[in-house]
Amino acid sequence: MTASEAPLVTVVRFPGSLDHESAARAVAALGARVTLHGHAEERLPAGTRAVVLPGGFSYGDHLRCGAIASRAPVMSAVRRFAEAGGRVLGICNGFQVLCEAGLLPGVLRPNAALSFVCRQAALEVADPDTPWTQGLGRGATLSIPIKHHEGAWLGDPGSARVVLRYRGENPNGSVDRVAGVANAEGTVLGLMPHPEEASDPLLGSTDGRHLLRALVAA
Amino acid sequence: MTRVVVTVMPRAGVLDPQGQAVQGALGRLGFEGVRDVRIGKRIELDLEGEEPERRAHEMCDRLLANALIEDYRIELGS
Repeated sequence: MTASEAPLVTVVRFPGSLDHESAARAVAALGARVTLHGHAEERLPAGTRAVVLPGGFSYGDHLRCGAIASRAPVMSAVRRFAEAGGRVLGICNGFQVLCEAGLLPGVLRPNAALSFVCRQAALEVADPDTPWTQGLGRGATLSIPIKHHEGAWLGDPGSARVVLRYRGENPNGSVDRVAGVANAEGTVLGLMPHPEEASDPLLGSTDGRHLLRALVAA
Repeated sequence: MTRVVVTVMPRAGVLDPQGQAVQGALGRLGFEGVRDVRIGKRIELDLEGEEPERRAHEMCDRLLANALIEDYRIELGS
């Protein structure tokens, strides 16, 4: 794949984003061209094939996690991109932003035990028919780390498209052990675990690549 | 100028881990009979212009409260 053929993946950077560099590195390792894009931009870079909203503490988590970022100028462009069928991946704080923006159902609440969780998590594929999980069977296990304080998804698992669940002990008290949900079309995915932190053998797992590959194949 | 006070509270039935932590701490301090603790936010807005109450409602609906998990109340004046 030459540089000009490589798909362009746009990683949005909000004030307080932390994981944009590691997300960019993981996606670039899969063959994408990656550009970091500012929160105040009103358009996405021309040729954007997929968008990542990274982890961190956008706008200091003020008011509610993701609330202020979800109203940032760039989110109007992300909304248009998503509504046109573009693939959008929200990781951790990015998941919170997508819920607050109404692009995904539900909301992320403080962990039930009120403590920050930081550890490897076993995830179960609940829906293998999304671009992110295709090729994985239903019930397949992925080992991907979590690191969050407000990761308890609250919503209606009956109407939401649940893509990933925690296997075994629920680390944050989310409804129905939900770890990640998608929009009805499956093109927008939000998850609390960090696939970019499970993308290299040095990190102890490469299972995150399965999910990230959908950005590059878009 | 109108002072508008917005009170945002977790909705009934929504787990409030902050409130539970504080409830536990009060019990450990020896306070008895603390049946429930709910923690919310007070937001003070100083608004110029017409229709401060209507605009405050719109602000709540669009940003200040998340209707999935929170209720809000608006008070005007002082």
